[in-house]
Amino acid sequence: MNHSRAEVLVLGAKTETMRWRKPALSEPSFRKVLSIAGAFILLLLLAIFFSLVIASFPSILNFGIRFLFSSTWDPVRSEFGAFPFLLGTLATSFLGLVISVVFSLPISIFLGEYSVPGTGATFIKSMIELLAGVPSVIYGFCGLFLLAPLVRALELKLGVTPYGVGIFTASLVLSIMIIPYSASIGREVISLVPSDLKEAALSLGATRFEVIRKVILPYAGSGIVAGILLSLGRALGETMAVTMVIGNTNFIPKGIFSPANTLASVIANEFTEATGSLYLASLIELGLVLFIVTTIINLIGKLIIRRMGVEG
Amino acid sequence: MNHSGKSLLRRGRNKFLGLITILLVSIVFGGIGHAKDVELIGAGATFPYPLYSKMFDVYHKEYGVKVNYQAIGSGGGIRQLINKTVDFGGSDAIMTDKELAEASAPVIHIPTCAGAVVITYNLSGNPQLRFTPDVIADIFLGKISKWTDRRISSINPGAKLPDTNITVVHRSDGSGTTFIFSGYLSKVSREWKEKVGAGTSLNWPTGLGGKGNPGVAGLVQQTPGSIGYVELIYALQNKMPYGMVKNKKGKFVTATIASTSLAAETNLPDDMKVSLTDTDALEGYPISGFTWILVYKEQNYAGKSEEKAKEVVKLLWWMTHEGQKYTEPLEYAPLSKKAVEKAEKLIKSISYKSSVIMK
Repeated sequence: MNHSRAEVLVLGAKTETMRWRKPALSEPSFRKVLSIAGAFILLLLLAIFFSLVIASFPSILNFGIRFLFSSTWDPVRSEFGAFPFLLGTLATSFLGLVISVVFSLPISIFLGEYSVPGTGATFIKSMIELLAGVPSVIYGFCGLFLLAPLVRALELKLGVTPYGVGIFTASLVLSIMIIPYSASIGREVISLVPSDLKEAALSLGATRFEVIRKVILPYAGSGIVAGILLSLGRALGETMAVTMVIGNTNFIPKGIFSPANTLASVIANEFTEATGSLYLASLIELGLVLFIVTTIINLIGKLIIRRMGVEG
Repeated sequence: MNHSGKSLLRRGRNKFLGLITILLVSIVFGGIGHAKDVELIGAGATFPYPLYSKMFDVYHKEYGVKVNYQAIGSGGGIRQLINKTVDFGGSDAIMTDKELAEASAPVIHIPTCAGAVVITYNLSGNPQLRFTPDVIADIFLGKISKWTDRRISSINPGAKLPDTNITVVHRSDGSGTTFIFSGYLSKVSREWKEKVGAGTSLNWPTGLGGKGNPGVAGLVQQTPGSIGYVELIYALQNKMPYGMVKNKKGKFVTATIASTSLAAETNLPDDMKVSLTDTDALEGYPISGFTWILVYKEQNYAGKSEEKAKEVVKLLWWMTHEGQKYTEPLEYAPLSKKAVEKAEKLIKSISYKSSVIMK
């Protein structure tokens, strides 16, 4: 009895270890799984790129490079050019980025360095992350019904045509939408700055402000820039919120208060009712242009980060 | 013990697999099991969607035939019909010659209800304005840019008009509403026809774009001195002010469900591919239009069964007859008597393997 029980126990232990071992992957096959996952992403991106190219072929053949520089978008006469939308996309994204940096940089410094860890800081942190979870249509509605009247009042004071909607309003909405992205990455990299560096500076008599300016910002710079660029990617592709507050006109914008249109918002607006193969292909080519613009900006970002490369 | 445990586990897993198989099989073949469980698939216009979902819900309860309608927009509906992936398409626009050519087989247009587009504005005191066709065209062309313009004040002698610029608001998304509105302007203004034309999306000469009826309404309500166009239903539901429009017979008509229906009291062609805009009808509101169900005249395509084809015809008949009673409660304009007569003829022309389905 005892003997057999011990046997059972041993057997049980064996199967126990077997059970634990079985799902564990061996080193080579684990690597294989990882590389498949990596290759899959690459494949997915290539597939997106090529399907965009193939679907926009009629338009590429018809308009060629003119598509990028023509400023007429006339679905009735099948004349399509992306220039005003390209301009609108870049203008809203960069303006939004500039506005957001004004807020996100102090937020990340505050949360990463200044604030005392505790419920207060955690609360602020989670509030900021909550901003990222708000659906963009909500931002759009808030922009249209709360922000646009304020912008209109401002425009009346400045003496420009009081549309209320336009590039400036869209940029404001975008800037709020992208703050969580740049702020949380900024906070993360700032809190990663080694404390001996900071302590060394403090022991030399530096003030906290000097520590931030001379130690933390140079050290965390590339990470902060990376966060900002990540949020730029988000701004370039944002559709719903921008569509609601940009004014949706197909003219080349005359200033930051002009109504305009972006690549993403034109696609969102016109795709459902687009008939005719050239019209559809042109809309898809807008998507291709957006894809390429985003890629180029990401590459430039990578270059900047490499230039700034962390030393020390 | 250990063995039996393993086999128990295996048996459990087998059971689980078996359950999944049964589930999958029932999902795939479930529809075929019962003779009455035919499901019809349609896609298209968003404008009649609230009406269609009511109609199809009632129809399902009464006849057990499920109708799945996806409101993906008229353009999408036409594309799906051309690709033969749906039993019917829904559209606020007549198919163009090019689209009809792409469809390879004859498509018939069966009207299901009518809708109107109204001119809404934001002026202090909400005066009841009157518009003539040329004034509307010139405002939306950007040629009349002030509310104090003589051409507006001369047709609105009583109204107090502010000395402000007119801000034009239009739809930014492609829509049947824009199609009806621009179709109307193309009929009444030669300049509009040459410069802008008619379509679901346009190259607008002036103004701001708002997404959907709510987008246009939002911009108009916020911008003093603005003018825009929205569907009548939307204006009624949101109590927005809208102007009277002078029709072809010279009468200023307010858009109502009745005056929209009356717009179809005119000579209608047999194929019903007719735009009601700028109607000849004396009491008809001029910026009106039908919304259509599009079906292939020959129903034997893409492996469709005769039974299914019959159900399509039955559904269409029901929608243009009994189903019409659901239009007015939802603020759609019902088909006029004449329109129903024409629709009947069209439905009776639908065939399966060249023999007429409804005799």
